[in-house]
Amino acid sequence: MNKVYSSPKTLVDVPMHYCPGCTHGIIHRLVAEVVEEMGFMSKTIGIASVGCSCFCYDYFNFDMVATAHGRAPATATGVKRVHPDCLVFTYQGDGDLAAIGTAEIIHSAVRGEKISVIFVNNGIYGMTGGQMAPTTLPEMKATTSPYGRNTALTGYPIKMTEMLALQDGCVYAERTKISSIATINRTKKAIRKSFELQMAGKGFSVVEILSTCPTNWGIEPLKAIKWMEDNLEAYYPVGVIKAPKEVE
Amino acid sequence: MMHQFLLAGFGGQGVMLMGKILAYAGMKENKQVMYIPSYGSEMRGGTANCSVILSEEEIDAPVVSRPTGLVAMNTPSLDKFESCVSENGLIILNSSLIVREPVREDINIIKVPASDIAKELGNERIVNMVLLGALISVTNCLKVESVMESLKEILPPHRHDLLPLNQKAIEKAMNYIK
Amino acid sequence: MAKKILMKGSEAIAEAAVLNGCRYFFGYPITPQNEIPEYLSKRLPEVQGTFLQAESEVSAIYMVLGAGAAGARVMTSSSSPGISLKQEGISYMAGAEVPCVIVNIMRGGPGLGAIQGAQPDYWQATRGGGHGDYRLLVLAPATVQEAVDLTYQAFDLADKYRNPVMILGDGILAQIMEPVELPEASKQLPEKAWTVGKNENRQRNVVSSSYPKVDELEKVNIRLHERYDQIKKNEVRWDSYLTDDAEYVVVAYGSAARIAKAAIKMARAEGIKVGLLRPISVWPFPIEPFQKIITQTKFFLSFEMSTGQMIDDVRLAIGNERPVYHYGRLGGVIPLPEELLAKIKELIKEVQ
Repeated sequence: MNKVYSSPKTLVDVPMHYCPGCTHGIIHRLVAEVVEEMGFMSKTIGIASVGCSCFCYDYFNFDMVATAHGRAPATATGVKRVHPDCLVFTYQGDGDLAAIGTAEIIHSAVRGEKISVIFVNNGIYGMTGGQMAPTTLPEMKATTSPYGRNTALTGYPIKMTEMLALQDGCVYAERTKISSIATINRTKKAIRKSFELQMAGKGFSVVEILSTCPTNWGIEPLKAIKWMEDNLEAYYPVGVIKAPKEVE
Repeated sequence: MMHQFLLAGFGGQGVMLMGKILAYAGMKENKQVMYIPSYGSEMRGGTANCSVILSEEEIDAPVVSRPTGLVAMNTPSLDKFESCVSENGLIILNSSLIVREPVREDINIIKVPASDIAKELGNERIVNMVLLGALISVTNCLKVESVMESLKEILPPHRHDLLPLNQKAIEKAMNYIK
Repeated sequence: MAKKILMKGSEAIAEAAVLNGCRYFFGYPITPQNEIPEYLSKRLPEVQGTFLQAESEVSAIYMVLGAGAAGARVMTSSSSPGISLKQEGISYMAGAEVPCVIVNIMRGGPGLGAIQGAQPDYWQATRGGGHGDYRLLVLAPATVQEAVDLTYQAFDLADKYRNPVMILGDGILAQIMEPVELPEASKQLPEKAWTVGKNENRQRNVVSSSYPKVDELEKVNIRLHERYDQIKKNEVRWDSYLTDDAEYVVVAYGSAARIAKAAIKMARAEGIKVGLLRPISVWPFPIEPFQKIITQTKFFLSFEMSTGQMIDDVRLAIGNERPVYHYGRLGGVIPLPEELLAKIKELIKEVQ
């Protein structure tokens, strides 16, 4: 008999706290697989931010630093400057990266900080109970936009990855989604590219991953994926936004 | 004896350097020294000033409120600080630029045409050294040798060609006082 | 004996940090402490260190957290408003037990205030400063030499207790120049087994202040509290001047203590028996030296460049045994020894 499945050693074998249908678990696994496949388990340092993924320090089986809301890129900067040979990534949601942490993420890109950013965007605050995020779509309901996001009152959804890609220090920016085997594989490739570019000393890179929040959207998991593709993706098109020549 | 000097002039007249040389030379002579720059909005207001304390005993308060000696390099400096000089204190003023007479009668006033002397020496920027020479000559607070040694150590090597000129400025002022 | 050199307080602090192994500095410009980052931006590259100017004080303190978690000796410096911005990160570091040195060159407040030296951040510094139940070890130098010595020690203390240490100075200390003797460069830094980095031969490390289970967090709080008790036991520092026969005692720290000493010399010359008690560690606050002189002392006078903050600690140290008064100037006005002397005389009249 052949072994057909095993969990990567880079994941701790514990149940995750995520809601049914949440895609954080898949994304965690993709990150963990890439770290393992690249043979970096003993020299990877992850930076956990604040939001649903804040407990990812319990799940990734390598060194982790848990930091404050929005400050993961600054924390990663400190870590990477001390350990330039280590693989350093931040794992941030859209509330963390696109609202409170805007300054930190932009300036990490500006400096060309040699870190990778895994940016999980589901257009809502999950951890705190479904409040409006800067990425929440127009008319989309949230617990702090009960009548739907009013753009006259709150402005428009922020396109972070496009903004990051504009910075000279950012070498690679891609938006992917978690919706099928194919898009999961595409996401894994993007994560690997980001890690490879970092270890080659090229600069800052970001992989934005469109994701779902069945709980706070109030939509069943499978329907949530369709909703994400029909709505979130329509506003945030997937694809490579910026890449060095040798990549694509 | 505790000398508390207040040095004041235009920004760019070399007030801060004069203060640093005094403190540095004092340190070389194993005196207790403190250099207190003024900073903040004053830096942008036209007059620059700093204070230097030279003492045989421990220096406590990091503040000079009643200077024993004022070096006024221009009229605004005299206007601003004349009143705070301590009784029986000293004012050395740059008479090339300051035309008015000091009001105080209880202090020793020394007028040095410092800008003119500097011009004669061929470099108007040396005015601070002329006044420094006058100050050490009048007060005997430091030896001229330690001042020159300090200057050599403070100035970066590529500026050492200016040392003879500086020395001349100090000597000329000392002769003027005598 | 090392050669004396003339140094500005801020530059002396920066050099002392380098001499005790600080190789990382993250900060954001603010007056009156800009000479610290300026000096280090030149100096750190000479010793293969990293100086990085951040986009904000908030970002800078998390770079400090990252570098500290990665095992480096790291420092940041700022002045009052900037220190307020750093408080979130300082709390996270206290919680995650990440050592670092934070320099606060205080200026007049509240708000933007003014850039002249003042002491209005005593409460903030000695009560933790940010959210949560924690303390910083806070050292308040009065001279440039003491700034060198305490900054040097601060790095050892931060590592020893795995806790942020604050150097609490003011604009006067940072700007004046005095002769200093620099200590020798440290040769060996302590091993740290808990940091993140390459980990071929050990279990993974997690540096975090996140403890979602309340019973776990309670244990962490108790453990931190026990550590603070150790600090209280081991790290109290103070100085006194003419307290042996003093009938009146001025309490002052930092630059204010130097002004107080000048006033006390003037008072003594007039035969007034005044002494000075100078806390050097303002947290932990020196309690014992107060208790030793309570019976002989008619009153205590807390002399601060604030409306009276340390006076709380003086009262806690002596209880209701003796009256405690306050005198100070505010907003960056530097009090003069003559003013303090006048206040001492006025109070003596009042209590008689």
